[in-house]
Amino acid sequence: MARPSSAARTGLEKIPTPAKVTVTLHVNGVERKLTIAPWTTLLDALRLYLDLTGTKKGCDHGQCGACTVLVDGRRINSCLTLAVMKDGAQVTTIEGLAQGNALHPLQQAFIEHDAFQCGYCTPGQICSAAGLIAEGRVQTADEIRELMSGNICRCGAYPNIVAAIEAVMFGKATDRSGATGR
Amino acid sequence: MPAAGYLGKPTSRVDGRAKVTGTAKYAAEYDVPGLAHGFVVSSAIAKGRITTIHTADALAVAGVLDIFTHEHRPKLASSDEAYKDEVAPPGSPLRPLYDDRILFSGQPVALVVAEEFEIARFAASLVRVEYEHEAHVTDFEAQRERATVSKQDEDPTPSTARGNPAEAFERAAVRVNGQYRMPVEHHNPMEPFAATAVWEDDDRITVFDKTQGAQNSRNYVADVLEMPRDRVRVLSPYVGGAFGAGLRPQYQLLLAVLAARALKRSVRVTLTRQQMFTLGYRSANIHELALGADSDGSLVSFRHHAVGMTSRFEDFQRDFVHWSSLLYRCENVELGQSLVKLDQNTPCDMRAPGGAEGAYAIECAMDELAYAAKLDPLELRLINYSDKDQIEDRPYSSKQLRECYRQGAEKFGWSDRNPQPRSMRDGNELVGWGMATGIWEAMQVPASAKAVLTANGNVEIASATADIGPGTYTWMTQLAAEMLGVPLENVTAKLGDSTLPDAPVEGGSFTTSSVGSAIHAACRAVQRELLGLAQKMAGSPLAGAKLDDVVFAEGKIRYKQDESREVSVADAMRAGKAERIEKAASAAPNGDSKYSHYTHSAVFAEVKIDEQLGVIRVTRMVNAVAAGRILNPKTAASQILGAVVGGIGMALHEETVTDQRFGRFVTRNLADYHVPVNADVHAIDVIFVEEKDEEINPLGVKGVGEIGIVGTAAAIANAVYHATGKRVRDLPITLDKLMRD
Ligand code: FES
Ligand code: FES
Repeated sequence: MARPSSAARTGLEKIPTPAKVTVTLHVNGVERKLTIAPWTTLLDALRLYLDLTGTKKGCDHGQCGACTVLVDGRRINSCLTLAVMKDGAQVTTIEGLAQGNALHPLQQAFIEHDAFQCGYCTPGQICSAAGLIAEGRVQTADEIRELMSGNICRCGAYPNIVAAIEAVMFGKATDRSGATGR
Repeated sequence: MPAAGYLGKPTSRVDGRAKVTGTAKYAAEYDVPGLAHGFVVSSAIAKGRITTIHTADALAVAGVLDIFTHEHRPKLASSDEAYKDEVAPPGSPLRPLYDDRILFSGQPVALVVAEEFEIARFAASLVRVEYEHEAHVTDFEAQRERATVSKQDEDPTPSTARGNPAEAFERAAVRVNGQYRMPVEHHNPMEPFAATAVWEDDDRITVFDKTQGAQNSRNYVADVLEMPRDRVRVLSPYVGGAFGAGLRPQYQLLLAVLAARALKRSVRVTLTRQQMFTLGYRSANIHELALGADSDGSLVSFRHHAVGMTSRFEDFQRDFVHWSSLLYRCENVELGQSLVKLDQNTPCDMRAPGGAEGAYAIECAMDELAYAAKLDPLELRLINYSDKDQIEDRPYSSKQLRECYRQGAEKFGWSDRNPQPRSMRDGNELVGWGMATGIWEAMQVPASAKAVLTANGNVEIASATADIGPGTYTWMTQLAAEMLGVPLENVTAKLGDSTLPDAPVEGGSFTTSSVGSAIHAACRAVQRELLGLAQKMAGSPLAGAKLDDVVFAEGKIRYKQDESREVSVADAMRAGKAERIEKAASAAPNGDSKYSHYTHSAVFAEVKIDEQLGVIRVTRMVNAVAAGRILNPKTAASQILGAVVGGIGMALHEETVTDQRFGRFVTRNLADYHVPVNADVHAIDVIFVEEKDEEINPLGVKGVGEIGIVGTAAAIANAVYHATGKRVRDLPITLDKLMRD
């Protein structure tokens, strides 16, 4: 395992990486102090430095919604924000939705309506739906579809995702899709 | 067949709680002490060789541990055999970091490993690679004339001919012919490929890998690194979708393990979304069809030739053309397919490989024939309905396709369709109704499983299969609970671990039939032992009973004929002093079946198209599926729903575009590569048509992973024609194609 180019680097100065900074995040109600490089996204801060891997990385470019979390109550793509920019913020992730053993109504509805297959987009879908409900503008299934379109589900569970959200918002799913006789 | 209880009942996923709470861990999510992070550098050219890799700058970044390249790497096996995985096509597989050859754009050329992910990513941007370019050839369309018949000639049969199709075509009262195209598509599961290699010591490694086959990954990485297979353990308890992309071991696996072994510490490698486009893909395909029929619609000539693409180093081919001989009666047939070799990575299976492409072309051509013959498209299918597999010349073990057509049409309201194109509208939108047939193989492959019953009434069921989302954990649990008469909560299903009993990769819709048959056999063995113990008890009420005379339910073994004669399982185990009963079993397909085994569907689609803007919405779909016995209607319906959504993508959105100047896929992110989002998907009804099949396997199941995408794109394309009177034969049907004259 020779390294022919290794001679070239002897004597080279180390290229430094950015100096670490301290960031305080209130994650799921718990104050977490982190010493991280400023180029760390909120998503990587959660996944890599707080071991909160419930929040998923699907694209790292704000194109899929898998990384959706609630910051100060609003849904955002955590891959598109640096952790340092959220110093002092309240962050709610999928791990913070259930109350002890009792699942959040959306979590329960997702299970009941089979609103996922592989489950990888699911934490983002559920956090996004929680944000959507808090926004309070949705009246119809079509609006749910539109306002949940930032969360891609490649397993294609969309009709069941809409049904689950409707069940939480309106008490029942008005959507007529899904398996007959379910 | 097991008694009714849990099987066939809509059952919520047993892993649902883990998935909705974020505790289900995927390959990149295991936190291990001392973990280092790898970042892959990808080739910028499509063909040639690496002349120099400048790593000095990257190595100088504080926190970089090492950079692996073809010049600096541990020893790798030097025979093709070592790199051939369980599902490798004929050829010489890619050897990551093996030598200086560049075979396709995006090929991995270096792995930067650092203390932190961000440092590895930054340092990777400082690696400079110099190449000696060679002219690449990546233009499928332009190379089409150079297509050759593949080496892979046993499966599928490359050509079939019967009768005299050319002459019959000339004589036919009604004729259509057309050329249909589908572009390259990428699977894009939401979870990027990743592997976390946990270093234990020099002779042992455990890897959390994203794969559809833990044992396939284990064998591959052990063989390539020349380690004994039993020193490598691969785990994949949760997989964030794969759709075929995880059938073959992907390069993150080998890179993570080689780095971990060289550095003697744990290493994780995660691909970026862009790098997901350097893996296998659905090959672009072109179909030429010529169909001739009598004036009553009976087919007299069917010719279908298809061209697919592959890499220069492997011949990947799937059956595009044989499906029509399974669906439609015809005496004069010519089928053939060929491959174009390009400077691209090898394609790989993507949901219903071959069938989805073939059915798109066949079912659009049948639609065209229906218009030409002035027949309802559904009626044309019924006129030509085939009760026998005309290639193997044998009947089907079951085929409830007629019932799919009937129930699907009824649910959809097909009889209200005005046959005239452009005849239906809703405000300023044109309305179109189209239909198509779906078909997929109902395969079974050898598999094994283990069942363990303990005296406290708990059951563990295990097989090295995967659950990439279809609900394998759940039906395994249902099956064991049903057969051993215990509540679902008492059963633990284990999978995604290479140390468990042997199982094939999860794919091809064969997991439930294959692994299910093995679990069935293992549970039967436990039942047999329990019955034996119960019969040894003094004055046993079950004396003389055969296994088929009893049923296991509610913790009891009961005589079917006289339910008062029962023994509790706990008592039987206590009497026999059995603390645990453990049985392993294998199952294999019946090699001398006299039947062909297929799954069928009838797909109906409604589209609404803005007349001025050409915007297409799929407002309604009905998919009626006959797939034998459905173990869990809830998760099975989700599989169909998801595949229909994939079919919507195939029809209207998905296309990987190549920049021919660089020989590179350029739509390498989820903004440029369009997949359906929530607003693209409206009502989808899934119907499971009852289909009893006692011949196929002990459970009577056929599998539902692929069937939902087969026929979906054709039904939508046919609906678009019905709405607009314009036939777009090249997928995806985007609005520019609709508006073009
Ligand atoms: S990972 Fe943030 S949007 Fe995809
Ligand atoms: S459940 Fe797999 S991506 Fe949504």
